Amino acid sequence: MSETGKPGTAPPRTRLMISGDSVLKLPRHIKLKHDQGRGIWLILAPERVFEPDETSVEVLKLCDGERPVSAIAKVLADQFQAPVEVILADITEMLQDLADKGVVTS
Amino acid sequence: MTDTQMLSREAAPLEEEACARAPVGLLAELTHRCPLQCPYCSNPTELERANTELSTADWQSVMRQAAELGILQIHLSGGEPTARRDLEEIVETAAKSGLYTNLITAGVLLSRERLEKLRDAGLDHVQLSIQDVDVENADRIGAYKGGAKKKHEVAGWVRELDMPLTVNAPIHRQNIENLPAIIDYAVDVGAGRLEVAHIQYYAWALKNRAALMPTKEAFMKTAEIVKEAKERLKGILVIDFVVPDYYAKYPKPCMGGWGRGIINVTPSGRVLPCHAAESLPGMQFDNVRDRPLADIWLNGSAFEKYRGTDWMKEPCRSCDRREIDFGGCRCQAFALTGDAANTDPACSLSPKHEEWAKVAEVESHKPAPEFVYRRMGKAANATSE
Repeated sequence: MSETGKPGTAPPRTRLMISGDSVLKLPRHIKLKHDQGRGIWLILAPERVFEPDETSVEVLKLCDGERPVSAIAKVLADQFQAPVEVILADITEMLQDLADKGVVTS
Repeated sequence: MTDTQMLSREAAPLEEEACARAPVGLLAELTHRCPLQCPYCSNPTELERANTELSTADWQSVMRQAAELGILQIHLSGGEPTARRDLEEIVETAAKSGLYTNLITAGVLLSRERLEKLRDAGLDHVQLSIQDVDVENADRIGAYKGGAKKKHEVAGWVRELDMPLTVNAPIHRQNIENLPAIIDYAVDVGAGRLEVAHIQYYAWALKNRAALMPTKEAFMKTAEIVKEAKERLKGILVIDFVVPDYYAKYPKPCMGGWGRGIINVTPSGRVLPCHAAESLPGMQFDNVRDRPLADIWLNGSAFEKYRGTDWMKEPCRSCDRREIDFGGCRCQAFALTGDAANTDPACSLSPKHEEWAKVAEVESHKPAPEFVYRRMGKAANATSE
């Protein structure tokens, strides 16, 4: 079989694993927006539209490329008066799912 | 905490208000011109000619109206959308209106400079089709010499320009053995997403069904390969798998339900509930030159005809799945039963299902006939009838 040319120029690719130290942001092509007509928050992604729940929206707004996941957990723990370990475990799982979908990146 | 759900594929109905009922996506077939001649093209067999195409200003108006209506994503398709020299202007208007812009391209007409201009005009994402990873076979399927090599180059440019890339790989009996290599190709070129899309048998693909239909065994093997690859490539490559409904138990909810999630505008401005809808007889399709897009979507007779569930006959009417698959595909129901309101024969509850499924079994085990390539005018029909 005659395979096409050389491999792509992208570096070797690995799965991003989320921890409390991860610093995350939304890549340029991911758009979090509030949709007036439907009255809901949406994530616009390549050939997909996701409907995040309220917590996901709060977390994504805090993914600013500066604060680590542990700091986001602290903000939310204060806001919702919940134990920070519980919040951290929850949002780590949620962000892993979003990272696997390409919605957040390091 | 609940998982983040896909909006477009879920069955929950949106509120009954104008903007809340807007389609999620608009498929803009900017032109039917294309340098490739893939025998499974989803365009109608009666292709629209260049002199009937909407103007730049017409398309820009469609983009603004789409955003006002509440449409979220624009899929710029064709034919080959880059065959239009005003693509940058259309993209720019769409992006400025707040729409998410997706270019669905064969890539062969693109230069790096033009891709950069498109990015700067606000293009969000590129979907690049490939015919195969075997260059000779790929060029034979698309009837375009040098196509596979060029596409590989284009994929590299997309990534160099830091744009997200989807590789779209239509799968059929003449490339199905290369699926593992196709998955490797998508990883190598840096795609974030791969569509492993078994051919859907309408229009040109229906003409070429016997040359394209894989055996059930070959299809089942692809399902296993995709399942393994999804797990192995988690967080690296998202793989979407489109199954051939000849081998499915229930029909797919075509277009996510008629007049429900998707709106399609043809090169000449005709507004369709699905890209194959012109194959149905007795339908009146409005044109964006004559009527506002929102009015066509909400009140146009073609959209009203099979929207919701009131039009259904048995076994759909009383079926528990009627708001899951919406009776499947109207065009397939018409093509194979003569009545578009019948259950799609892809459904195991259709009285035509067994007869229909047998066609795939028989055709896939016979030697593949020559392709009827996608061409304008009568040339294509001459060899098929």
